Amino acid sequence: MLNQWTIVAAAFSYLGLLFAIAYYADKRADAGRSIVANPWIYSLSLAVYATAWTFYGSVGRAATDGVGFLPIYLGPTLMIALWWIVMRKILRIAKQNRITSLADFIASRYAKSALLGGVVTVIAVIGIIPYISLQLKGISGSYLILTQYPAIVMPQQLGALPVFEDTGLWVALILAAFTIAFGTRHLDSAEHHQGMVAAIAFESLVKLLAFLAVGVFVTFGVYGGFGDVFGRAAGDERLRALIAPIGGVAGGYASWVWLTILSMFAIMFLPRQFQVTVIENTNERHLNKAIWLFPLYMLAINVFVLPIAFGGWLHFPQGGVDADTFVLTVPMAEKQELLALLAFIGGLSAATGMVIVETIALSTMVCNDLVMPILLRYKRLGLAERADLTWLLLGIRRGAIVLILLLGYLYFRIAGEAYALVAIGLISFAAVAQFAPVALGGLFWKGGTRNGALAGLTSGFAVWFYTLLVPALARSGWLPIEIIERGPFGVELLKPLALFGLAGLDQITHAMIWSMIANIGAYVGVSLAGRQSAEERHQANLFVDVFKSDERPRFWRGTATAPALHGVLARFLGEAGADESFARYARAKGLVWREVDLVADGELVYHVETQLAGAIGAASARIMIAGTVKEQALTIEDVREVLTEAQQVVMYSQQLEQKSKELEKATSELKAANERLKELDRMKDDFVSTVSHELRTPLTSIRAFSEILRGDPKLDLAERMRFLDIISKESERLTRLINQVLDLAKIESGKLEWNVGDVDLRRAIADSVDATSRLFQDKGVRIEVSVPEQVPPVVTDYDRIIQVLINLLSNAVKFCDGARGLVEVHLAREGAALRVDVRDNGKGIAPKDQSIIFEKFGQAGDTLTDKPQGTGLGLPISRQIVEHFGGRLWVQSQLGKGATFTFTLPVAAGAPEPEREAEATQ
Amino acid sequence: MNDMRKAQACVALCLLGALLFNYPFLALFNRAALFFGIPVFYVYLFAAWGVLIALMAYVIERKDE
Repeated sequence: MLNQWTIVAAAFSYLGLLFAIAYYADKRADAGRSIVANPWIYSLSLAVYATAWTFYGSVGRAATDGVGFLPIYLGPTLMIALWWIVMRKILRIAKQNRITSLADFIASRYAKSALLGGVVTVIAVIGIIPYISLQLKGISGSYLILTQYPAIVMPQQLGALPVFEDTGLWVALILAAFTIAFGTRHLDSAEHHQGMVAAIAFESLVKLLAFLAVGVFVTFGVYGGFGDVFGRAAGDERLRALIAPIGGVAGGYASWVWLTILSMFAIMFLPRQFQVTVIENTNERHLNKAIWLFPLYMLAINVFVLPIAFGGWLHFPQGGVDADTFVLTVPMAEKQELLALLAFIGGLSAATGMVIVETIALSTMVCNDLVMPILLRYKRLGLAERADLTWLLLGIRRGAIVLILLLGYLYFRIAGEAYALVAIGLISFAAVAQFAPVALGGLFWKGGTRNGALAGLTSGFAVWFYTLLVPALARSGWLPIEIIERGPFGVELLKPLALFGLAGLDQITHAMIWSMIANIGAYVGVSLAGRQSAEERHQANLFVDVFKSDERPRFWRGTATAPALHGVLARFLGEAGADESFARYARAKGLVWREVDLVADGELVYHVETQLAGAIGAASARIMIAGTVKEQALTIEDVREVLTEAQQVVMYSQQLEQKSKELEKATSELKAANERLKELDRMKDDFVSTVSHELRTPLTSIRAFSEILRGDPKLDLAERMRFLDIISKESERLTRLINQVLDLAKIESGKLEWNVGDVDLRRAIADSVDATSRLFQDKGVRIEVSVPEQVPPVVTDYDRIIQVLINLLSNAVKFCDGARGLVEVHLAREGAALRVDVRDNGKGIAPKDQSIIFEKFGQAGDTLTDKPQGTGLGLPISRQIVEHFGGRLWVQSQLGKGATFTFTLPVAAGAPEPEREAEATQ
Repeated sequence: MNDMRKAQACVALCLLGALLFNYPFLALFNRAALFFGIPVFYVYLFAAWGVLIALMAYVIERKDE
C-alpha cells in the first residue's frame, strides 16, 4: 500500500489541509473574530521550536549521547522562567515601536541604524541557512526511506542523484511556493499572519501526536514498557555507557552547560521564535499561559526520545541504519504502514512549520532591513516618489523566500551529508546566539551604542564563521582540509577547532567561548569608548524605560504637510490603509479626518513613522520620513528652546507653589478673623451679662433700703436720713454706670459726638482738681500739681479730657490711705506730645492686674471677696478717649509702692517747637 | 502576587533550574543505576524538569491575593 504516490498524495493532502486552516483563520481574523488570539494557540505556535531536528535528530543524538540532547530543551525552560521579565518587556517595546522583525528590533534600539539592521539580517540569513538545509534533509531523507518500503535503505546508499531528480530541490521549491502563498498574500502594517499562526499551531499538535504515537508503539508495542527497553539497554554493551552519559560520550559538564546557554539564546533570538513570540503576539497576557504550557510541550515531546533511540539500537543490532531515522524505520521494520506514514507526516509538519515561519521572518528582514534601505537610498531609482510600492515589497519578500530556500538546498548539497541533523542545527544556534549580547544588553543597559553593537555582532559572527562554518566547508571538501588539521598557512595557533591552542572541547563549546568573548568584549568595549548621539540616547531610553514612560514623540523640527505624509503612507499601505490610519489618528485627537486639516506637527510625523515602520521596518521608515519632510537636525537653538520650555515649567511650578502658600496664609488669616469674631461675640455676651449684674447691685441696695423706710415708720430721723443718703448715692452710682455704658457703646460704635478744639491741658488739670477737691478733703488726701509755665495746646474734646482726668484722680484718691495719702499730678512736654502723670502712693496694682483694669468691668484684686470700688468702666472709657485723639494711656506700678497712670496727647499741628529741641536741630 | 514579587519568584526559579541542571547536582545522578528499571539520570532530569514547570505555572497563574 505504501508507495511513492500514496506518500506524495498524503503529503499534499496534509499541506492542503494546512492551507485550508490558514485560509479559514485569515477569514475569521478579517471578520474580527480571530481564532488565533487566545493563549492556547499562542503557546502551541511557540512549539515551532521543535523542528525536524527534534523529530528525527533528538533520537539520533540520544543514540550516541544518551540524554545529551536534553539541554536543547532545558535551556529554553530556564530562559522562559525569565520571560515574565524579559519577554514582557520585548513585547511592550515591539508594540510601541511596531517592530517587524528581530533585525528591526536591534536596529531600532541602536538609533534605527539601517547598517545595523542589514548586518543582523546578513548574519541571520547566513546563520539560519544550515538550519533550513537540515529541514530539507529531514523531509527528503524521510521521503526517500519511506518510498523504499518494505526495504530499509539509507538515502546515502541510493547514490547521488542528478539535481533535477533530487527530492531535496523539489521539496525546497514546493515549500517556497507554499510559504509565499502563506506569508506574502497581502501586506499587513502590523505584520500579523494569523492564518500562518493557526497552521503552525495545528502542525505543533500533529508532530506531538505523531511522535507520541511512535514512542508509545516502540515502548509498549515492540517492547514491554520503559523497564523492558532500559533493562535490555543496560544489558547491551554499546548502550550501557549511555545510561550515565556525562563525562563519557556526551562530553564534560562544560559542554552540557554551554549547550544549555546556547539554547537559552536560541529560544529568544531564532528569527522564527522572535516572529511567533513577539511579532505574532496579539495580547501580552497570552504570555502567561505560554510560560508553563510551552515547556510542558517540550517535556512531552522528549519523554520517548530515549526509549525510541535505545529501541532502535536494539532493533537494528547489525547497524547500517542511521539513528536519525529510527522514528521512521522502527515502525517500517515492524510493518506498521499507517504508523510509518503518520511518522512521516509528523516529520513533515515539524519541518514545514519551521521552514514557513523562518523564511517569512527572514524575508521580512531581507526586505525591510536589507533591500529597502538600499533601494530607498538610491535617489536615481526614484522609489521614494513612486506612487504605490506594495507590489515591490511583496515582490522582494517572495524573491527572498525563494532565494533563502535555494541557499538552504545548496548548503544541503554541499555540506549536508557530512553532519548529523543536530550538529547542523547547533551551528545555526551558535549563529543566532550572537544576537543575545546586543539584544539583551539593549534591553537593560542604556550605555550600549550603535558602534558597539556593530562591533560586537561582526566580531562574534566572524569568530562563528571561522570556528564553525569554515570546518564544515573544509570537511565537505570545499576548502582544503589542511586548514582544520594544521591551521591556515600552517599556523597551529589558528586552527579553527582549537583556536589559540584551546583544545579538548567539543566544537560548539569551543566556538561559543571564543565568539562570546569577542562579541561581548567588542560590544561593551566600543560602547564604553564611544559617545552616544541624541538619537541613540533617545532610543535607549525608549527601550530600557519602556515600563516607566509613556509613548512620547521625540522632539522634532522640520517642515511637512499632512497631505505629503498621507502620500508617503499611501505608497506603502495603499490609499485605503493610509486613510484609515489618518482617521484613527484624528479620532484619537478628537477630530474628524478630512473635515479638519491635521497639523503636520511632530506628533503626526511620529505617528506616520511608526505606521510606516510596521510595514517596512524602522530603518526604512526613518529614511522615507527623512526624505519626505524637510527634517532639520537638532540645532543648539532647538536645544535651548527645549531648555527654555523646561525652565518655564519650573517657573510655573514655583509660582504655583507661591500661590498655594498665599492661599494658605489667607486661609489662616480668615481662620484668625473667624476666631476673633467668635471672641467678640463671646465678649458681647459677657458684656451684657456683666452690665446686668453691675446694674442689679445698686438696684438691690436701693430697693432694700426703700423697703425698710416704708415698712418701718418708727425709724428715727437720723437713721432715715442715713438710708436716704445711701439710696441717693446708689442712684447716682446707677446713673453714672448707665452713662458710662452709654458712653462706651457710643465710643465703640463711633456715634459719640466730639466737641473738638484746642485745649490747654493746664486749665483742664486745674478744673479737674477743683472738681475732685471735695473727695480729697473727705479722705484727707493731699494733692500736689506741677505744670510747666507754658505748654502748647492739644486738639481734643475738653469735656472728655476732664472726664479722663477726674476718673484718674478719683481712682487715685480711692486707693490712697487716708492720712498720709498723696496724689501728684505732673504735666510735661515729651517730643511732639504732652504727658500727664497721675501718681498715688496707695497699695499699688499687681502686674497681673495691670492689663485687666483696662478691660470693661475689670477690677484689680479679688472681685469675690473685695467690695467693688468702682464701676469698672472708667479706665476703659478713658483709654478709648485718649486713643481717639491719638494718645496712649497706661499704668506703671509696683505692689505696695503706689501706681502712676500716664497718658499722652499729641500737640496741635503748627504749635511752636520747644526751644531745646529747636536748638538741637540747628 | 504583585509584579515585583512575581519577577523575583521568576528569577528564583530560573536560578533553581540552573542549579538543578548543572554540576554538581548532575554528577549525583550521573551513574549507571536503574530506578524501577529506568536510568536514574533520566528519571532525575524529567522529574526535576516537571517540578520546575509546575512551579512556574504556580507562580505565573496564581491569582492576586
